Amino acid sequence: MSQPLTIRTMAEFAAAGEVPEVLFWVGCAGSFDDRAKKITKAFVRILNAANVKFAILGQEESCTGDPARRAGNEFLFQMQALTNVTVLNGYGVKRIVTACPHCFNTLKNEYPALGGTYEVLHHTQFINALMKEGRIKVEGGSFAGKRITFHDPCYLGRGNGEYEAPREVLLKLDAALVEMKRSRAKGLCCGAGGAQMFKEAEPGTREVNTERSEEALAEQPAVIAAGCPFCNTMLTDGVKHFNKEGEVRVKDIAELVAEAGDL
Amino acid sequence: MTMGIASIVFILLVGAASWLFGRNIMRVRRNILLGKDEVINDRKGERWGVMTRVALGQSKMVVRPVAGILHIIVYAGFVIINIEVLEIIIDGIFGTHRVLSFLGPLYDFLIGSFEWLAIGVWVACAIFLVRRNIIKLKRFAMKELDGWPKTDANLILFTEIALMTAFLLMNAADWSLQQRGVEHYVAAGAYPVSAHIASLTSFSALSTGTLIAIERICWWFHIIGILAFLNYLVVSKHLHILLAFPNVWYSKLKPRTEMANMPRIAGEVKSMMDPSVPPPELPAPHVVAGVEMTERFGAKDVFDLSWKSLMDAYSCTECGRCTSECPANLTGKLLSPRKIMMDTRDRVAEVGKVIDAKGKWEDDGKSLHTRISEEELWACTTCNACTQACPVNIDPVNIILEMRRYLVMEESRTRPALTSMFNNVENNGAPWAFGPDKRMEWTNA
Ligand code: SF4
Ligand code: SF4
Repeated sequence: MSQPLTIRTMAEFAAAGEVPEVLFWVGCAGSFDDRAKKITKAFVRILNAANVKFAILGQEESCTGDPARRAGNEFLFQMQALTNVTVLNGYGVKRIVTACPHCFNTLKNEYPALGGTYEVLHHTQFINALMKEGRIKVEGGSFAGKRITFHDPCYLGRGNGEYEAPREVLLKLDAALVEMKRSRAKGLCCGAGGAQMFKEAEPGTREVNTERSEEALAEQPAVIAAGCPFCNTMLTDGVKHFNKEGEVRVKDIAELVAEAGDL
Repeated sequence: MTMGIASIVFILLVGAASWLFGRNIMRVRRNILLGKDEVINDRKGERWGVMTRVALGQSKMVVRPVAGILHIIVYAGFVIINIEVLEIIIDGIFGTHRVLSFLGPLYDFLIGSFEWLAIGVWVACAIFLVRRNIIKLKRFAMKELDGWPKTDANLILFTEIALMTAFLLMNAADWSLQQRGVEHYVAAGAYPVSAHIASLTSFSALSTGTLIAIERICWWFHIIGILAFLNYLVVSKHLHILLAFPNVWYSKLKPRTEMANMPRIAGEVKSMMDPSVPPPELPAPHVVAGVEMTERFGAKDVFDLSWKSLMDAYSCTECGRCTSECPANLTGKLLSPRKIMMDTRDRVAEVGKVIDAKGKWEDDGKSLHTRISEEELWACTTCNACTQACPVNIDPVNIILEMRRYLVMEESRTRPALTSMFNNVENNGAPWAFGPDKRMEWTNA
């Protein structure tokens, strides 16, 4: 924790005539949201510990356009996407990692139609690979034997078929992985997707995040693990709704790894 | 009744029913093609595989084992027992009786298995009726099924029970007649179920004439029932028994959360960003149902949806598996993905009726948005629980998102908070009011 973070921008790499191993797409939540910034830093600590030569775009990064597109504003999406593709292609980016499943989905699936084709990884996939390659070693640590339940982000799981990477990472922390009643392909949404994060919920009898948090709490976990900054916010609020914030923590996979490895 | 007249009546009946069915199916096809053109012919091998697993193998049905297995019995029964119809048709035309009995042991095996399936279908349909009407499973007791959809479902189940009953009674009478060595009733086939029915209902006490009457009445009831059912399909959710197959073949193979690109808008934005790029050509106006259609952004009406969305609508079985997993619906919001599909189908059928009546489309002042409210559209989280749950790979999210596109881009109608999100993205490159100069602040500290 005490180590200062090593972060370089793509512009700095280019100026030095170097090419990074991977571009870390921080995303808007990861850049601006106070809770999500902690996830961003945890992931950077992992990257630093594994000696990954990564770059960020810094001020040249801009919203992928995901919320605008889901909210029906295709013009705005196209402006964002085409601007980003120009920047990414300008730097000759080949590989991208991001801690946001929405950025992940857009970069991976929707930019190719606009001339931006990259290998895109979700940070849980990236961390899992680092662990498998032995570039970071985290054994048990503070989470050994702890009950942890993983909430599948819709845009990672159902959207892109990745259910295992986050779970494999959790198992490497020797955590006692417990599944919620609805998990994997049947996982229940946290309520934030499709631009809901940026609006009031439509009238109903209950909030989606309350429903989901209740289900997570029923497993009596020490930690509810998330893999998306928006799910994280939703679940944190849900846990507070049940006054359980003293007992149950909502943590991103990156935070758990960084904490377990004391990175 | 001489064989001659019976054969003529039979041929006329089958001919008329087939003609009517052909006409109705062509209308459904025309209605589906009111949608926008979309070419779907990539990854053919994969498509055949998905169709075999999901439509033929019903892999998504058995995610819920009770309903799944019962449904497989009904489906197998329905398909396999219809082999029997082949024999009925030949017998009906030529006045023969059990014409395929020359198959010998194979025939015995076939008739025997049909009987077991028939009783299986009977029981499964009875259980389905209980689930719908007595236990009242939540997904079958929702408001959107009030009226015709509920009647439709019960009618289908009762009809299947009636058809199976007629089939088994026919066999029971036939078996009894065979036992008596009555002329024309050659001893053929195995009757593991109906032989019991015959003894339970004391068929042996009936006169030969009565038995022949029962056998004939059931035979005619069975074939007329099937012909009627065939024509009922097109006004019923039961159409899924045919459309499930093409619908799954054409289903989305891309990642569920990938949204379709809009090349024309991409072209316009490209030329805005780089003046050397010429703006895209406006699409040539195309004629649909006798009227020139102007292309718009997103979906106002069925004409603006891909034909695939309209096929989805006609394939929906109204099973409600989508809605029962929809987070919006589960938390009391108005949105129900099943209702989105039913509304789309009802709208396209309504448009089709206008075309049938007037020979071409005439604006009736209504649209998809007449049936589907903004409150429903804005409740979707795009989580794709519905597309995952649907046993025939229907995609309600695509319709929701196309309708949002129309609201926002053609009508400037959205939720107030989304307007500020748009402004922020446009001005700051982020959905919140933080400018690019703040983007690296997290790196300090
Ligand atoms: S994608 Fe929308 S309609 Fe489908 S289940 Fe999720 S919230 Fe409901
Ligand atoms: S869309 Fe699919 S899951 Fe939903 S009711 Fe129709 S058939 Fe059932």
